[in-house]
Amino acid sequence: MERSAPARREVVIPGDLLDGHGLKPGSGTFNEGGRIYAARLGIVSERDGLVSVTPLSGRYIPRSQDVVIGKVMDLGPSHWLVDINSPYPAPLNAKETPWMVEFGDTERYLHVGDVLLAEIVSVDEAMRVQLSMADRQFGRLSGGQIVQISPAKVPRLIGRQGSMIGLIRDFTQVRMFVGQNGMIWLDGDADGVRHTANAIRLVEDRGHLPGLTDAVREYLERAYGRSASTPTEVDDDGRR
Amino acid sequence: MGDVEHIPKELKLIDESGVRLDGRRYDELRPIRIEAGVLKKADGSAYIEWGNNKVLAAVYGPREAHPRHLQDPAKALVQCRYNMAPFSVTERKRPGPDRRSVEISKVISEAFASVVFVEQFPRTSVDIFIEVLQADAGTRCAGLTAASVALADAGIPMRDLVTSCASGKIGGVVALDLNKDEDNFGEADCPMAIVPRTGEIVLLQMDGHLTVDEFERAMDLSIVATKGIYELQRDALRRRYSAMAEQAMEAPPPPPIPSELPPPPDMPEDELPEVDDL
Repeated sequence: MERSAPARREVVIPGDLLDGHGLKPGSGTFNEGGRIYAARLGIVSERDGLVSVTPLSGRYIPRSQDVVIGKVMDLGPSHWLVDINSPYPAPLNAKETPWMVEFGDTERYLHVGDVLLAEIVSVDEAMRVQLSMADRQFGRLSGGQIVQISPAKVPRLIGRQGSMIGLIRDFTQVRMFVGQNGMIWLDGDADGVRHTANAIRLVEDRGHLPGLTDAVREYLERAYGRSASTPTEVDDDGRR
Repeated sequence: MGDVEHIPKELKLIDESGVRLDGRRYDELRPIRIEAGVLKKADGSAYIEWGNNKVLAAVYGPREAHPRHLQDPAKALVQCRYNMAPFSVTERKRPGPDRRSVEISKVISEAFASVVFVEQFPRTSVDIFIEVLQADAGTRCAGLTAASVALADAGIPMRDLVTSCASGKIGGVVALDLNKDEDNFGEADCPMAIVPRTGEIVLLQMDGHLTVDEFERAMDLSIVATKGIYELQRDALRRRYSAMAEQAMEAPPPPPIPSELPPPPDMPEDELPEVDDL
C-alpha cells in the first residue's frame, strides 16, 4: 500500500513513504528497497541532505553530548549510578568529576538522592552510557526542586535560541536548568518557582498547539500583572 | 457459554438473501471507532470500539527489562499482556491469566516483535497491555489493532502499523468479522494480522475447519478489510497529533544545541550555581 509522499512538516505515521528525492535516511526513518519510510510518529524535516522524523512522543534515549539532570541512585567504590529518566542506568565515574576521589571514598562527595547536572560523554552500541561532571558548568544541584516533562517537549520549552526559557526567566527570576531528558531544576522565591512550574506545565500540555509562546506570555503577564521586558522593575510589594 | 441459548435451533446465521443476524452482508465489518492517547500516565495508549467489543491498550517503554535475566543484550523484548475483565462477558470470567489469554498474549507479542525496531533498544522491554472491557468475539483482533495505535502513540520506532481482522465460516458461507453468536455457532473462525504496507502476515490462527479454497477466500476477505481498518488507525493518530505540525512550523524542533541551554554559571564545589545572565 504505497501512498503519495506527504508534504514537508506534515505529521507522519510509522510506515509512511517519505519523499526522498536523492536524500539519505536520517533519524526516525528507515530504508527498504531503496525507498525511505517513517519509522516513528513525528514531523518530517529535511536538513543536511537527510530526511528525518522528529518524534512527538517517546522515552528519553541517551545521546552523546546531551546535558541532563539526574538523581544519584547508588554508590560504587569508584562511581555513582545516576537515574537519568531513561531505560538505561548512567554511571558517573569518579574520574569524571572535578574532585580527586579516592577509591572507596565516593560517599564523601555525592549521596543517594543528590541531584546533578551532567553531560553524557559517550553512548556505545550496547547503549552503555558514560556521564561526566568534569566541566565547571556541571555539578551537584542543591536546594531547589525538580519538574519533569516529556523529553519530546524539551525543544519547545527551550524555544528558538532559548527564547521560551528567556521569557519565563524574564518574569519569574528563578534559576533554571533544563536537561534534555525532560528533568528541570528550579530554584528561586516561592512565587517565582510556582509560576515557572505552571508555565512549564503549560508547555507540556499545550506544546502541540500553535501560539504556545503567546499562551505562556499571557499566563505570566496575568500572574505578574505587567508586560514582558521589564523584569527588574520593582513591583507593588517592593520586591525585585 | 450460558449466553447463547437464546438462539433457536432453526435460526440461520445467514439467510437465503445473504443477510446475517445483525443485518450485515458476508463481507461487511462491524462499526469501528479508534481513539489514540486516552491514558495520561502510559507512554502510549488507544481505545477501540469494534462492534460490541470495547478494548483498551496501553504501551510502556522502552524501559529497563525486569527480571534482569530476561534482558537481551542485542535487542528489546516485546512483552504483551492480554487480559479480559471479569465483567467483559455475561458469565463472570474468572480473573487472571488462563490458557487462552497466555496464548493470545504470546502470539500478539510475536506479531509486534516482527515490526518494532527492537535492535535500537538493547536490554530494554516494550510492554503492551491489552484490557478487554467488553467482549463480543474478535477481541484479539481489536486488541492488536488498538495496541498498534498505542505503540505508534508511544513513539516506538516500527516498520508499519499492524492491522488485524478475522473471518470465518457461518452457515456454509465464508464471512468477515464474526460476532459472538456467529463465532459460537459457526463452523470456523480465522483471525489474522497483517503489515498493510508489505502485506506480510504476522499472526494467523484458525479455530474450526476450512477447506483450502475457503481458507483462501477468508484470507482475501480479511486482507481487503484490513485496508479500511488501517485508515481508521492512521486517522486516530492524525487526529491526536495534527495540531502539533502547525506548532512545529513556528519553531522547528532542533536537536539539542549546547548554546540553547541556559548559559552555565560558575559553580564552585558544593555551592549553588549563580545565574547572573539576566
